[in-house]
Amino acid sequence: MSVKSKAEIRAEKLLPGNQDFTSITEDIAGVPEQKKTPIQWWLLFGFSLSLLAIFVGSLGFLIWEGTGVWGINNPVFWGWAIINFVWWVGIGHAGTLISAILHLFRQNWRNAINRFAETMTLFAVICALVFPGIHVGRIWVAYWFLPLPNQMGMWPNMRSPLIWDFFAVFTYFTVSLLFWYTGLIPDLATLRDRAKGLKKKVYGFFALGWRGGNRQWQHYELAYLVLAGISTPLVLSVHSVVSSDFATSVIPGWHTTIFPPYFVAGAIYSGFGMVMTLSIIARKVYNLGHIITVEHLDKMAQIMLLTGCMVGYAYSMEFFVAWYSGNPYESFAFVNRALGPYWWGYWAMIFCNVVVPQFFWFEKYRRHIPFLFITSILVNIGMWFERFVIVVITLHRDFMPGAWAMYNPTIFDVSIYIGTFGLFFTGFLLFLRFLPMVSIAEAKLVLPESNPHHGHDHE
Amino acid sequence: MNKFGVIARFDSPESLVHAAEKVRNEGFTKFDCHSPFPIHGMDDAMGLERSKLGYLIGAMGLTGALFGFGLQTWIHSIEYPMNISGKPYFAYPAYAIITFELMVLFSAFGAVFGMMFFNRIPRFHHPVFYSEKFSDVSSDAFYISIEVDDPKYDENNVIDFLRNIGGTEIEVLSDEN
Repeated sequence: MSVKSKAEIRAEKLLPGNQDFTSITEDIAGVPEQKKTPIQWWLLFGFSLSLLAIFVGSLGFLIWEGTGVWGINNPVFWGWAIINFVWWVGIGHAGTLISAILHLFRQNWRNAINRFAETMTLFAVICALVFPGIHVGRIWVAYWFLPLPNQMGMWPNMRSPLIWDFFAVFTYFTVSLLFWYTGLIPDLATLRDRAKGLKKKVYGFFALGWRGGNRQWQHYELAYLVLAGISTPLVLSVHSVVSSDFATSVIPGWHTTIFPPYFVAGAIYSGFGMVMTLSIIARKVYNLGHIITVEHLDKMAQIMLLTGCMVGYAYSMEFFVAWYSGNPYESFAFVNRALGPYWWGYWAMIFCNVVVPQFFWFEKYRRHIPFLFITSILVNIGMWFERFVIVVITLHRDFMPGAWAMYNPTIFDVSIYIGTFGLFFTGFLLFLRFLPMVSIAEAKLVLPESNPHHGHDHE
Repeated sequence: MNKFGVIARFDSPESLVHAAEKVRNEGFTKFDCHSPFPIHGMDDAMGLERSKLGYLIGAMGLTGALFGFGLQTWIHSIEYPMNISGKPYFAYPAYAIITFELMVLFSAFGAVFGMMFFNRIPRFHHPVFYSEKFSDVSSDAFYISIEVDDPKYDENNVIDFLRNIGGTEIEVLSDEN
């Protein structure tokens, strides 16, 4: 066959260099099988552990002393805890988008980054779940979130968005964990078959005795498809519900119907930023440039351009509606965002979320790795500021000027936020060390020879 | 020692699919095709029916939704009707979110644990694991196994048949316990 088929051209872009089933297994499984852990890994791990220590220490002090150690005041009752919660949950969303929605759309290129992104989701949601848990103050009664029968006859208020949020994020975490683990089963079997001794037993235990028979794949594929199918509306619901924590209140600046889609777009935008940051580091450290290729980074940049434009649209629409509504409190809330004492937060958000992604119209910038690395970090800074704008700038000046105040975070706001990076990266680095960071079984599906009809696909 | 059956290796997804068709046409029913990844068109080649897992997931999702809606209705209308900012006791539009979330949660449990149930896993001991070479199936090998329980099973015939349709490295496996 002299003319290359479409599938072959695509595969060459996504998996350059003559790769076959064996080489893919070797390359990906070779990373957790390394005898000697790379020095960069130890350096990063040591750094993450120190951040984790800061996290545990600050958390201990917070629980001992109470939420008064934070900078929250009247009227800014919600400070960094809620900003960080929304930020981390949002980051998680890209993982589910990549693994579920792109799977439903049969976007095979996602096979190189989905494991990575799903793991990011798991740890990001763990970091997020910390904040609602600790911001209640009396953490030892956090189980009151759950509808548990008790002698006080006390139940959570199911009509409150805060309880919806708890159910949404809890479901999201559980489903993400199940999805991630289901995807891992065939790869754990690969690691089991290549390992010896204790490692073989541990991997074997989690591989559940997978034999790769088609009678197993048949049910497996259906389960995976259904998980993708139910994760898609789930992920859209989660950030919509998070946004209704704000939108169902009567605070000017929060009480808007645009919040659910706007939050979802922002979540995907920040999540892709984080996937980009992590994959650029990992492909460099582990020399996986031929599996996580520039082609993948290019496609992620395109999604960031799309979602960046969506949040940009939402920002301008908020302003338009604030003016068009004729409501003076609503108009004031928005003028105060852009020109009030926290103007720098607003313009940092606009710069990072609206201006920066415009570079991605040009292929040159979408394929320039140092540029992508810097912008992916800027994206997440911008999205943090978005939540700062929504939480702090809205609350600090509401209806009555007599109730206005400024908000200043304390060292414990900062240390707990920085500390969650320790939690996130410790988990993520352990994953990189012990589990395949790319789905071995799914990466092979990108090769044209994985399709039994590839020799005659000119139809 | 109980005999398990015969396994034979094939060299590509394409040859595995063609071999599966021949095994099916020969009238075997207790056989399986092992591969490192799911192969497109294999279900038809093997003559498998569509997985019934969907019905289980659907039932679980319905259970979750009914449980979620029922739980909220029971709490606020029956167990402890409490007036909170004047909201109605039976505020069914507000129950939509948790109903949906529990439907998704139960369906996910149905999908994963149902998949394990249909696949009969976890199962840590299986005769195919006694073959040294079979373990390549999780990397780059393609195998067909025909089990001794098959009504058409006759060891010498099966070995000849698998060799004729292109199988290599044919092994007869038994349970070592």
